[in-house]
Amino acid sequence: MSNSSQTPGIVAYRLPAAAVAENFAHYSPALDRHEARVAADRCYFCHDAPCVTSCPTSIDIPLFIRQIATGTPDAAAKTIFAQNILGGMCARVCPTETLCEEACVREAAEGKPVEIGSLQRFATDTLMGKGVHPFARAALTGKKVAVVGAGPAGLACAHRLALLGHDVVVMERRLKAGGLNEFGIAAYKATDDFAAREVEWLLKIGGITIETGFELGRDFTMSSLEAQYDAVFLGIGLAGVNTLRLPGEDLSGVRNAVDFIAELRQAEDKSVLPVGRDVVVIGGGMTAVDAAVQSKLLGAQNVTMVYRRAKDMMSASVYEQEHATSAGVTILYGAMPRRIIGQLAVEAVEFAYSDTDVFTLKADQVFKAIGQTLTSMPIAPDGPKLVRRSGRVWAGGDCAAGGEDLTVTAVAEGRDAAEEINAVLRG
Amino acid sequence: MANLTSAFIGIKSPNPFWLASAPPTDKEYNVRRAYEAGWGGVVWKTLGSEGPPVVNVNGPRYGAIWGADRRLLGLNNIELITDRPLEVNLREIKMVKRDYKDRALIISLMVPCDEESWQDILARLEDTEADGVELNFGCPHGMAERGMGSAVGQVPEYIEMVTRWVKKHSRMPCIVKLTPNISDIRKPAAAAKAGGADAVSLINTINSITGVDLDNFAPLPTIDGKGTHGGYCGPAVKPIALNMVAEIARDADTRGLPISGIGGITTWRDAAEFLALGAGNVQVCTAAMTYGFKVVQEMISGLSDYLDGHDMGLSDLVGRAVPNVTDWQFLNLNYVTKAKIDPDACIKCGRCYAACEDTSHQAIAIKPGRVFEVMDDECVACNLCVDVCPVEDCITMVEMPQGAVDPRTGRTVGGYANWTTHPNNPGVKAAE
Repeated sequence: MSNSSQTPGIVAYRLPAAAVAENFAHYSPALDRHEARVAADRCYFCHDAPCVTSCPTSIDIPLFIRQIATGTPDAAAKTIFAQNILGGMCARVCPTETLCEEACVREAAEGKPVEIGSLQRFATDTLMGKGVHPFARAALTGKKVAVVGAGPAGLACAHRLALLGHDVVVMERRLKAGGLNEFGIAAYKATDDFAAREVEWLLKIGGITIETGFELGRDFTMSSLEAQYDAVFLGIGLAGVNTLRLPGEDLSGVRNAVDFIAELRQAEDKSVLPVGRDVVVIGGGMTAVDAAVQSKLLGAQNVTMVYRRAKDMMSASVYEQEHATSAGVTILYGAMPRRIIGQLAVEAVEFAYSDTDVFTLKADQVFKAIGQTLTSMPIAPDGPKLVRRSGRVWAGGDCAAGGEDLTVTAVAEGRDAAEEINAVLRG
Repeated sequence: MANLTSAFIGIKSPNPFWLASAPPTDKEYNVRRAYEAGWGGVVWKTLGSEGPPVVNVNGPRYGAIWGADRRLLGLNNIELITDRPLEVNLREIKMVKRDYKDRALIISLMVPCDEESWQDILARLEDTEADGVELNFGCPHGMAERGMGSAVGQVPEYIEMVTRWVKKHSRMPCIVKLTPNISDIRKPAAAAKAGGADAVSLINTINSITGVDLDNFAPLPTIDGKGTHGGYCGPAVKPIALNMVAEIARDADTRGLPISGIGGITTWRDAAEFLALGAGNVQVCTAAMTYGFKVVQEMISGLSDYLDGHDMGLSDLVGRAVPNVTDWQFLNLNYVTKAKIDPDACIKCGRCYAACEDTSHQAIAIKPGRVFEVMDDECVACNLCVDVCPVEDCITMVEMPQGAVDPRTGRTVGGYANWTTHPNNPGVKAAE
């Protein structure tokens, strides 16, 4: 219990439990009613609003903001949920700075967009806080659809199918639904068990059964699904993790960032989680940022994120990069990892800016965050991912071709697949 | 620093900003603090006859409407005249005036509509050394039901009669405060002039209900489940007041009658606009009730800078816009303008497009990249796009030179011509 940021090695309790809890609680506080009204008043109610165009789920943003401004946040929430049933989570995790808020005309006008994400959270939290579900199912069709994967794509697809009157069974390999919302999002972005509460709220639509601990390829096959159901939706995400293929990768202290992030999400008391003193994160996406920032929040002394290409190539947004640096993370650009050095455990990582410009970073923990990949191809591939439709099987979310790997994109793809399935099932 | 000294109907004050007769001027404590904050004068809250004072409700007296960020745009009240004894008010007025000889102090009055009542109250004011009286013929609530306030102000004959009594029984300058709750403001103003008034002040408040409680189905503000109309004031009423001031300033019967301008004055600019339309000074209430007495300091600095910037004295500004207020029929129908959108200033919100496309003349095109462009062959120059654009000066109205061809009508832009000679005017044909 007497550990500190300076304690060498991978150890727990670098900070007191209360300090860690505080660190993870204060990312983006919710707007109160007055703040929401003030923020909503800034919206210009644009014609054919650019924010809507840049939202993958095409939420009618000016309308829902006007509904907040006129004191009807429940109506605002319905506007949001009609397009994006996971609007609550998206309000927390969307990179709004590269989507709706980047497109906001006030960003162009004064560099301060309307706080669309925070307003969306205000509206959705208000309605969800009442514990009611705003939609009722259409007349039942008697059709049954299988959804594989209870992540954002699968849940959005299941909800829309249930809404349209179909019965849905969702098969989830993990023991808990939510997918990346539950296991892949930085803990400080979705506090208070929000992902689980959101799933519970979503299921109030009725007609959806979730079978957890049920894995494609192990517990059932594609042909069994196709035989038993009228249609199948695959929202299986990217279960595999890319490897560095470098010497030393199997040393103790080297692990996948996604596992660390999942562990953090599931830990009640995060101070019990061990973290290194000198942490090196290899990668340049959101997973890398989340691993780096959270290492810092746990009390790591030195956290360095190393990306092999230039700053403007980084998939983490400038906003996220600044968030990382303000948390105390150092970001190095244009440095290629060459080898991981150590006897039994990692001691350092060697990088190179060029063949002649080589340096090493001291490290007792290394997180690999260089992308995820499909582990199998249950239907035909489209490049490294799955085709969007093959007969009566649809795919959406991170596992499917096209679109960015974002929660909001997964929701849009799941929803749209459900509409397509509905059209096909109704002939 | 421009000289803002004012001598409105001979009453000297260091600046033209007076506090109107209202809650802020109800007692010595307030008025002293108002003078200390810089107000040039006050009109003491309306006094009534001797005897038991009126009583006010014990529930809410004010209702409001708000703009963005709860900015108060309009205020309404159901407060009556002073509810403190006459002798207390008179004693305080005397003490305050003794200490602030350089400031204007006017006493607002409202007594029953008989000569004896007016003669009595005027006699009581004699030794206060107040600078003048203002006759409250304006309040639309409570007192009107007792035959006073706007009940008098809505009948020009009564205005003239009472004004005459006041001039007969007092040597004090007399300002008649007018109610806007009337169809033609020029009639009561002319009546005041005929009765010998030294000036009129306007507008008093407008009959109003600020809102409805949609859970209890009662007007706002609500007293024990009921509500009544109150007097509306604040920024929202300014355009109505400006028009009424201008009407009096330009009417042949009332031209030259000094006007104390009142109605939603919140900033120096509002005040300057009233002055330009013919007001000799201004009175303020809601701005002080919203922000406190200190607002006068911005009004003083702003008006001073404006006058200095235009190399004008205060008297140069008064009435300067009046000659340019005219009737619709005299507007130049050959003045042709076209809206022009500055693409560099445009933030691409598209509000001009929505407004023009949905509600006006379909004269704005969206080009690739959300570039909004006015189609001159459709634009009637209505100005709606300018009004809804959130960026100041992004859209401007550009005048077409004489001799140019208006692409909308195909006609050459000519010299001045108005409706009175227009071929479509049936009046012109009838005269033939």
